[in-house]
Amino acid sequence: MATLSLNSLTRRFGATVAVSAMSLDVADGEFVCLLGPSGCGKSTALRCIAGFEEPDGGDILIDGASTVAIPPNRRATGMVFQSHALWSHMTVFGNIAFGLKLRKLADAAIRRKVGEVLDLLSLSGLESRYPRQLSGGQQQRVALARSLVLEPKILLLDEPFSSLDAHLRVRLREELRAIQRRLNQTTVFVTHDQEEALTLADRIAIMNAGTLEQIDTPGAVYERPETLFVAGFIGAMNVLPARLIGHELQAGPFRLPLSGERRRALADLQAIDLAARPEEIELLSRDNAQSEGRVEQVIDLGPMRHVVVACDDGMRLKVQAPRQVPVAPGDEVGLGLQRALVYRDGAQPVEIVRRHPSVLPFRRAAGAELRPQ
Amino acid sequence: MSIAPLAGPLPRASRDALGGAVLLVALILFIAAPLVGVLLWAFAEQWRPPAALPTQWGFKYWYMLLARADVQQSFPLSLTLASIVTALSAVICLPAAYALARLDFPGRRLILLSFITAHAFPRFPLYVSIAVIFLSLGLIGTAPAVVAVQLVFSMLYMIWIPTAAFRGVDRRLEEAARDVGASHLTVLVRITLPQVAPAIGAALLLTFMNAFYEVEGALLVGIPDIRTLPIVMLSLITGQMIVQYGAVLSAMLWVPSLILLIFARRMFDSRTFAAGVTT
Repeated sequence: MATLSLNSLTRRFGATVAVSAMSLDVADGEFVCLLGPSGCGKSTALRCIAGFEEPDGGDILIDGASTVAIPPNRRATGMVFQSHALWSHMTVFGNIAFGLKLRKLADAAIRRKVGEVLDLLSLSGLESRYPRQLSGGQQQRVALARSLVLEPKILLLDEPFSSLDAHLRVRLREELRAIQRRLNQTTVFVTHDQEEALTLADRIAIMNAGTLEQIDTPGAVYERPETLFVAGFIGAMNVLPARLIGHELQAGPFRLPLSGERRRALADLQAIDLAARPEEIELLSRDNAQSEGRVEQVIDLGPMRHVVVACDDGMRLKVQAPRQVPVAPGDEVGLGLQRALVYRDGAQPVEIVRRHPSVLPFRRAAGAELRPQ
Repeated sequence: MSIAPLAGPLPRASRDALGGAVLLVALILFIAAPLVGVLLWAFAEQWRPPAALPTQWGFKYWYMLLARADVQQSFPLSLTLASIVTALSAVICLPAAYALARLDFPGRRLILLSFITAHAFPRFPLYVSIAVIFLSLGLIGTAPAVVAVQLVFSMLYMIWIPTAAFRGVDRRLEEAARDVGASHLTVLVRITLPQVAPAIGAALLLTFMNAFYEVEGALLVGIPDIRTLPIVMLSLITGQMIVQYGAVLSAMLWVPSLILLIFARRMFDSRTFAAGVTT
């Protein structure tokens, strides 16, 4: 049982505010990703939780008790660093056993615990190697083992896989997720890689310029980004400046009739933006479409393709198309908007749905866990 | 294997290789020839110039030298003084190096630079002025005077090399140790010091060698009572003009160097050093 709470955590470096009044609750056994561009304060927040940075304001609670006054060596947190930070003068065993030895455990107990965690991370047999004799993936596993062996209440990971190649990254990601589930380990994971965050997290906390933009499940963050920043940061998104003209919202090639209620909500606003994902725009034949454009580029992504369509006003839209659709650069195409979100300053986005794609209800197994994701 | 015609230019690659080989041989000769010459002289009982090699070999001059009271006294004296200088230098400079590496305070660079000033000016006038001060303090001819002079001129190594090494230690290694429960002191002893051990070893080595071979300073503040091995060698060479004395003493002076170099080689080969270089 371990929970983590940040209560308006603030950390300044001179005049710059690295983390600004950040509040976050992480439930027991939950996996939360702090996601954001570099310099957004996510690593600083993590280092505050670990105790390497002292907050200028706010509180950090582990299991409801404030830990701000506790130095990092007595905090119930375990940190895995981006650079793995293994001690090059110690073997794998020495690295993992170091914390246990500091806790004055008996030799037999140390050997047993190290053995268990080596098994858990498939590192058995490498005990007497030195870090430089290991591959990048093994090094990062040892770093994870070094933290896990101490059974921390909160596991903290600071972009642990970003220096590994893509295949290894995906594999370690899956391993980490499996271990985290098995141990029911409360975890905070910092990354700038949205794919990593989407695949790993129970909930994603998206940060920008020191503040939290949105905290939600990966599905919700993708489906309904609460701010324009999140909309642009997660996944591919077409963001079009929009104008309200009469009964219609004009955005790029699209003209969307609005209901009276929607219109009133948007009426007195200057800055309106419309955001639509590539899969929310449809490629149509030119005859039966209001909006049109010319195909500029076709990007093959494997399972599907992204088609870049240039509209009359020079605006470019990214549209998702199945592989089967015969489309090539130069084609004149029509565009249909199925769903979009309209963003206004400081308010919740308004959803505009033209047509719901038909989704069959799947039969759900009786008693199946209704867990997010 | 084909045989190239003797006339005609060599291919470019082999010409470069040949040039490299010639340069290498020249370098080896340049470095090794004097050493070999000294060694030959050390074991030569008789060597008249036209002969390419000594005409009579033996340990005669070794016995003669080792039987001399001044040599018997100066060898252990030199070892002791060099060890004291090295130990004192380490005790004074290593904490300073750690502070210089880790704390950012105004004048940090100035302090670092100040250690080079002793080496940036002609040494002899410095020795003379130090000797004058020591004379007024009644320190001339004492071991502390020699230690003090040698210490001043060897502190550069013990400050600069370890400062760079401490700065080079990845702070996240230390944070990782803090994270698993180590106190600041434990981090220093178990993580930071092992990481910089090769650099500290190199600094110790350089300091020891420097003190062991140092002659001008020791000569000016040490005589007449403190006669280190290099001073004895100097007086033997300048006074008696027996080439073998100088050669044998040189060979004897190499002994600690060789021991330390072998030690250094093992240290530089070791995993710590390799890891220190790669990470």
